[in-house]
Amino acid sequence: MKSKLWTLVALFVVISTLAAQCAAPATVVVTKEVEKVVTQEVDKVVTKEVEKVVTKEVEVEKEVVVTPTPEAKPFEGVEVNILTFTGPQIAEPLQRRGPDFTELTGAKINVIVVPFNELYQKILTDLATGTNSFDAFVFAPQWMVDYIVPGYLEDLTDRVAADEALQWDDIAPFFRNFSATYEGRIYTIPLDGDFQMAYYRSDLLEQEGLAPPETWEDYLNIAKTFHGRDLNGDGDPDYGSCISKKRGAQAYWMVWSVAGAFLQSQGTSQGAFFDTETMEPLVNNEAFAAALDVYNETTKYGPPDELNLDVGDTRGLFTSGRCALSIDWGDIGTLAIDPETSVVQDKVGAVILPGSPRVLDRATGKLVDCDEATCPYATNGVNHAPYAAFGGWSGGINAAADPKVKDAAYAFFSYMSQPAQSNVDVTIGITGFNPYRISQFLNRQLWVEAGMSPEAASNYLGAIEESLNSPNMVLDLRIPQNQRYQQVVLDTALSQFLAGEITRDEAMQQIYDGWEEITEELGREDQLNAYLGTLGISK
Amino acid sequence: MQVEQHSQDQSLPAAGLETARPLNGRWRRLSARTEQMAGNVFILPAVLVVLFLSIFPLVVSLYLSLSRLKFVKGGFEINFVGLANYRKLLAGSEKTHFLGAMANPSPLGWLVFGVVVALMVWEMVRYVRSRRFSVMGLFWRSLAAVLFGLGVWLLVRTLSPGGRPGTMVVTWIYVFVGAAVQYALGLCLALLVTQHLPGRRFFRVVFLLPMMITPVGVAYMFRMLVDTDKGPFQPIWQALGLGLFSWVNDPWGARAAVVIGDIWQWTPFMFIVLLAALEGQSVELIEAALVDGANRWQVFWHITLPQILPVSTTLVLIRVIEAFKIIDLPNILTNGGPGTATESLTLQAFISWRTLDLGTSAAIAYMLLFVVTFVGISYVSLVRQRVAEVW
Repeated sequence: MKSKLWTLVALFVVISTLAAQCAAPATVVVTKEVEKVVTQEVDKVVTKEVEKVVTKEVEVEKEVVVTPTPEAKPFEGVEVNILTFTGPQIAEPLQRRGPDFTELTGAKINVIVVPFNELYQKILTDLATGTNSFDAFVFAPQWMVDYIVPGYLEDLTDRVAADEALQWDDIAPFFRNFSATYEGRIYTIPLDGDFQMAYYRSDLLEQEGLAPPETWEDYLNIAKTFHGRDLNGDGDPDYGSCISKKRGAQAYWMVWSVAGAFLQSQGTSQGAFFDTETMEPLVNNEAFAAALDVYNETTKYGPPDELNLDVGDTRGLFTSGRCALSIDWGDIGTLAIDPETSVVQDKVGAVILPGSPRVLDRATGKLVDCDEATCPYATNGVNHAPYAAFGGWSGGINAAADPKVKDAAYAFFSYMSQPAQSNVDVTIGITGFNPYRISQFLNRQLWVEAGMSPEAASNYLGAIEESLNSPNMVLDLRIPQNQRYQQVVLDTALSQFLAGEITRDEAMQQIYDGWEEITEELGREDQLNAYLGTLGISK
Repeated sequence: MQVEQHSQDQSLPAAGLETARPLNGRWRRLSARTEQMAGNVFILPAVLVVLFLSIFPLVVSLYLSLSRLKFVKGGFEINFVGLANYRKLLAGSEKTHFLGAMANPSPLGWLVFGVVVALMVWEMVRYVRSRRFSVMGLFWRSLAAVLFGLGVWLLVRTLSPGGRPGTMVVTWIYVFVGAAVQYALGLCLALLVTQHLPGRRFFRVVFLLPMMITPVGVAYMFRMLVDTDKGPFQPIWQALGLGLFSWVNDPWGARAAVVIGDIWQWTPFMFIVLLAALEGQSVELIEAALVDGANRWQVFWHITLPQILPVSTTLVLIRVIEAFKIIDLPNILTNGGPGTATESLTLQAFISWRTLDLGTSAAIAYMLLFVVTFVGISYVSLVRQRVAEVW
């Protein structure tokens, strides 16, 4: 009986508590109380802040009046969280120069890293959900369209205009205009310049009396010649060609380095990804088929686990003397001169990406021989199309960050990009930074000081300059959601093709269908206009 | 009703009304009502917590699987697209990735499929003729038979020459091959350790070690082991003249590597539970059998195995459900490659999620939920009957 009574009492208490929360008068009382408390707290906080501000002002005034010093640290107490990918490259220089920057300005730099294949969405989700745990990002400039259109990235145009120390005009026009600028406004500070090139072992080619590869056929022949031979004197058989083909890594850029010469011959504005009239992908034709054949054949002359190698692995293999050829960004050139890790110092040559004597006729989808009309920019009848893959790591700032933090982040990127720092960093292999400033190309002394012979420096910088100055350069894809086109559809089909899971034709069809699906989803007209915009064509 | 009346009668003195004034009907009804509601009210907070933590995410992810995420100015939009994500998986651009590439069944494939169908038909006929027959029972059995038949058909077609298993079939391979080998090995090891061998206490600990290592660590370790270029087996590999060959570049080689890693890690789980079951079995029965002249195999088959059967069935169920969610090993060991050869369903969902295709990711997760539920329920109802028969 007692238990019944207790049940009733307990029930009454629960119901009255619930009712108290729902009933209007009670809410008013509670709210008022809360408001009072909050107001009081705010008053206190405000008062404290005012006091603080007043104190600070007084202190600053005193400092300025009594001991004026140019070493006043403008960002004392400011912390900047910068997100980039798991290094060591790219993250290394940021981490190494962070403390120097703190010394100079007081701002503390925290570098947070995530795996490369998670970087794009990590940035996007952080910004889109309003989490804003990162104040700045070092990322692939080709993704910036997805961050700029929703208004997530800070417009840096005015800051750049007012920043003389940055020496903006010293940055090569391609990186200023393509990597840093979107619709006439500057959103990123370039820290790196990216072109893919072919690397070869100059000592081996000399021994065999072979010339550096001019066409992809040459590349395959050289690879075949050296594959299975001992190239570094350790007694083990080595490899003809080392190309990073790992899924979720850099493979989808490598394939376009091969395909570019077959797909684009009429100059940069022709584009190498889509038809400029219909936005139809250029992947279902003889030219792309030929490129896939070449790409697949390089696997025959590669390391046995090439499909699991990323660029870090292939670079390691090349500098340990195990590969005769490789396709890479500018990194191998500087890594090869590092005496601690490289056994191929002064044995490495770089050359513009090999070309093709046959190119795509877009009207028929067939391959045609090069002549003056089909390949106006050909050299010795070979069409070269150097690929500005990735575009170079660049720093962008979160528009939602605190203004003081934004200033500090900008100051840090400017500091990193200024010639005093970057002209040294681009000569160090581990940084992952490759030359992008005019002064870095002109001042060969920098490279000689870093350990390159004058001939090697000329050869290396010459290959980059030739690519940079090519009128038939292939621009990387920069349309909205380019990451889905390349890192998802292309990368998956490519890895399946290389693993022998699907045939060449199935791979081409799969890429074609996947790209068409995304284009349809996002709107063909919008995507076409964006694509033409990136090629510098206005409709 | 009787109970209610009884409680109402009891409530009179409970209300403390000693004046014996009769309560009116309204108060009595109210009292009865509150009595009924009390349970619900008390349980409500717990229900709300469960709803919030478990059902709510389930419903939201169901909605996500029917929608597409789009980033727009100032945030993101979730647009309802109906069954488009499921269509993409089962009939659209992701079909070969998810289900696999279909080929015409080989003669062996036809044979397997024919045998499975014949067995199902026979089982169905047996059920219809049995005394346990009911319409609902027939309905559920038919549904299960159709789904099972579809699964076998998918297996036969994707594993025939010219076909290629998708993430669904690859996951089944991981689950069923993995769990079977783990059970067999675990049982062998447990039987060994129950024998009075020297150093068995030491081995008991050693056999448990793999389970203590984080799956990510196991994956990295196996990645090192299978690397024939730089790994510890490199000299052996070179000596065999296989320096220019890597077995994880082959789809089946890579799948085997994942299965071996999984077996290595999870056999100890089977081992430890089966060891406990073996040590807990009644000795009298075994002694009696030995006295009756039974040999070791007969003791194992007729005495030990039936005794550990209930534990085994639960063990296999837990392992199977757990194995369906495999992701760490293929993700780190092979990154899902070569191609998509080693991708499991969870890894496919994870990769879709990583590329911000939340709709497809949720749809894959729901398909996985459906498959796991189907396998779990079928297994339980199948095994419950068998275990009951044994006992």
